[in-house]
Amino acid sequence: MKPAPFAYHAPSSLDEAVALLAEHGDGAKVLAGGQSLVPMLALRLAVFDHLIDLGRIPELRGLERRGGTIRLGAGTTHAAVGSSAEVAEAVPLLSRATPFIGHFQIRNRGTIGGAIAHADPAAEYPAVALALEAELETVSPRGQRTIPAADFFTGTWTTALADDEILTGVTFPVWGGRSGHAIEELARRHGDFAVAGATVALELDDDGRVGRCAIGLLGLGSTPERATAAEATVTGTAIADVDAQGVGEAAMAVLRSVPADLHGSADYRRRVGAAMVARAWRRAAQEALHG
Amino acid sequence: MDEIEIETRVNGLARRGRVEPRLTLADYLREHCHLTGTHLGCEHGVCGACTVLLDGAAVRACLVLAVQADGAEVTTIEGLGEPDALSPVQEAFRDHHGLQCGFCTPGFVVSVTAFLRDNPDPSDDEIRAGLSGNICRCTGYQGIMKAVRAAARSTP
Repeated sequence: MKPAPFAYHAPSSLDEAVALLAEHGDGAKVLAGGQSLVPMLALRLAVFDHLIDLGRIPELRGLERRGGTIRLGAGTTHAAVGSSAEVAEAVPLLSRATPFIGHFQIRNRGTIGGAIAHADPAAEYPAVALALEAELETVSPRGQRTIPAADFFTGTWTTALADDEILTGVTFPVWGGRSGHAIEELARRHGDFAVAGATVALELDDDGRVGRCAIGLLGLGSTPERATAAEATVTGTAIADVDAQGVGEAAMAVLRSVPADLHGSADYRRRVGAAMVARAWRRAAQEALHG
Repeated sequence: MDEIEIETRVNGLARRGRVEPRLTLADYLREHCHLTGTHLGCEHGVCGACTVLLDGAAVRACLVLAVQADGAEVTTIEGLGEPDALSPVQEAFRDHHGLQCGFCTPGFVVSVTAFLRDNPDPSDDEIRAGLSGNICRCTGYQGIMKAVRAAARSTP
């Protein structure tokens, strides 16, 4: 046994979970799939007196298409997201990001809510949520609220969630029309955290111009990032005239604190990041043009 | 901390135990159930040596708390075959030199069993992606690749 001792609670409803979290305060942590939390406990990077397991709360699971959006319960596993034909049709980026997350054994346990609440800056789902302007639903003793993804990620492993607040669901907008979606990342081995990665969604208008686009970046800051300035420069441009490498370089211009470690310097990561954006842009553009 | 009573089915047998919440499923299997075929390498979710099936899904037993497995069905390497009646995957690993020191082998065999159940006719790239969650420090991956290809052929 490697983790420090803790008390374990397995509520069967969300109300019960909220009450337990309120009761035990910041000595408590919610346990989702456990694929990041349990290693941190094993390494004693994190120590809690109480773990509140959300795994036995049926209302946190499942997905629901509502008109122009799709809502995923926070407890939906990566495996369920990745194998859902409905997700593949509604939010292709989520489906395509899924195989990059760890390995299939991790994806069988890990959950979308856990990944987003954990807020690793190199993780895939947070970058997709940020770029696509997902809405994050939460509950606490003060009631429910919805947090836009743009306001959610505040730092490495840090979010706008209060200590007594639980992420319950994630709602993504469905992009229609002539759209294309792609994710690219460079990792030393498949399933490792990315050195740098990028997600691109773009939609063409009737005249073949970029009607709108969203560029997400992962592994390139203390949070997932969105390259809004680069998006603005290409929106309205004929898709044939867009220089993908230029988009990649423009996307890197927004970055303020690119990490440097033994896997790469900040300069190296910027070069990789620009290349990932360019590759993802080309693939997304191909898809938007030719299906 | 208070111990918690859990009930599981392990390799078809009902098991009841009292565990500390911090006990991982891997330690529960090894120390409480005395099923030492589930090996522990890194104990933080990197190496895959402890892979077991939890309600049929391959998982890292070091990243599941025993209390989380309460009510679940667990299959370990011991539940896949017997020494005189190997499973098709075990047979293929033996026939194609899919193991050297053998430490990582239980995790590979369990992972591959789940992988081939869900992907009965995989390409080489799919096999490599399917094996990516398990590490062999003898680096005997070519034999493992051959074994997986052979097991895929032998289980139509």
